[in-house]
Amino acid sequence: MIARLGRRAAGELAVPTLTLVGALVVWEAATRAFHVPSFIMPTPSRILAEGWTWRYHFLTHTWVTLYETLGGFALSMLVGVPLAVAIVYSSALRSALYPLIVLAQSVPKIAIAPVLLLVIGHGEFPKIVVAFLVAFFPVVVDTATGLAATPPELLDLSRSYRASALTTFLKVRLPMALPFVFAGAKVAITLSVIGAVVGEFVGSDEGLGYVILSATSYWKTELAFSSMILLSLMAIVLFGAVSLVERLTCPWLAPAGEE
Amino acid sequence: MIRLDHVDKTYRTRHGERVHALADVSFDVGENEFVTLVGPSGCGKSTLLKLVAGLTPVTGGAVTVRGAVVSGPFPDVGFVFQHPVLLPWRSVLDNVLFSVEMLGLDPRQYRKQAGDLLELTGLGGFETKYPRELSGGMQQRVAICRALLPDPSLLLMDEPFGALDALTREEMSLELLRIWDERRKTILFVTHSIPEAILLADRVVVMTARPGRLARVLTVDLPRPRTMAQEFEPRFKQASDEIRRLIFAARRERP
Repeated sequence: MIARLGRRAAGELAVPTLTLVGALVVWEAATRAFHVPSFIMPTPSRILAEGWTWRYHFLTHTWVTLYETLGGFALSMLVGVPLAVAIVYSSALRSALYPLIVLAQSVPKIAIAPVLLLVIGHGEFPKIVVAFLVAFFPVVVDTATGLAATPPELLDLSRSYRASALTTFLKVRLPMALPFVFAGAKVAITLSVIGAVVGEFVGSDEGLGYVILSATSYWKTELAFSSMILLSLMAIVLFGAVSLVERLTCPWLAPAGEE
Repeated sequence: MIRLDHVDKTYRTRHGERVHALADVSFDVGENEFVTLVGPSGCGKSTLLKLVAGLTPVTGGAVTVRGAVVSGPFPDVGFVFQHPVLLPWRSVLDNVLFSVEMLGLDPRQYRKQAGDLLELTGLGGFETKYPRELSGGMQQRVAICRALLPDPSLLLMDEPFGALDALTREEMSLELLRIWDERRKTILFVTHSIPEAILLADRVVVMTARPGRLARVLTVDLPRPRTMAQEFEPRFKQASDEIRRLIFAARRERP
């Protein structure tokens, strides 16, 4: 059984892996053959080599960006979920808050990032705020959708048993909405990475976004590429972590016959 | 046990339209009686159940249960809907225990009774399964167990077999009668299947639509226990023709 699953996974992975390797080979060969200068397009091998020489620096910068990303993500969940609850439970709050949330979403974050940094100052906190601003919207919208999607029969059932609103929320509505909360969280975690980098672009002396910015201004393109690769890896790992937590907390979502 | 006295219900939809759901409906349901409500869609059958359960207020007349005017939900009711609406993250046993939990009772004290009910409905051995591993009919049995666990004296069923295939439907009807035989309750059962309405009931309440009005209350004098074979008896056919005539006559009167 496990062997068969392994073989199937290997089969599913074979094609994308081959494609990726093929693309890297073509990239390497083309840049060498046409003598493209390294500051315009470095070869994959140089990117890796350069990344390796700077590995200890990258460790600190990665840590800073990870910290900002996780901070922004945590904040977007801590603010987004209760906000969604407020919107679903109170029509007064809905009409008061919804326009503000949509307004906050419609302002381009790159446009307000400089202002934010001006107001809040330097360090990691303003980047966390930018990451939060970029990430919280899908959390609010998805959680609210999930909470509103409770089957009306279950609400009637709870009411007929005279269960309190809190009991109904904890035992029915919140668990019912969990898949939606996770859908929002998966979008939010990848957006948080973007938000952290945007924050670093505007003004910082640490983090992978800062590395990209300063490397390109010194024509060290391979360093910028290494930084990009680390950012993508970070986003993929974080997305995978959220998916893992989802599978652990909502095992009933696994398609039948998979266990 | 239940008395509807000139009940009138008008409600507003989300778009602000006024819907006259029930107009001047009066009938009684006796203690431990099995009454079915049959009528076309839009005759306010589901609304009527909600009024009896106290989930929504009447706009005219009164609903009384055991002499007390219904003014809000009361705990002596079990509800079964067209869809089982089980909680997908709970096992079969925990889904059955959901009702006593929501009533604020200690679910641990009901585990044995829940197991007995599952046994009674042919779900013994399925306690630890999850809803998605069960067929539609089995899920609906779990929903019935959930409703029966707190041992309510009144069971309200809103087209409970409406989403099942025809064969499962017949099987479930007979099974419900068997359960009702073992645990007597007052049952108010909504359906739009005429044969189902006759097969199950002591009396059939026939309703017409827009607004929902009572056309007639028919007494079914077929002997119990009921069987599918009774469907071919002349008395069964007479009753079913009568109901059909009442429903369609009302339709023809309108332009």
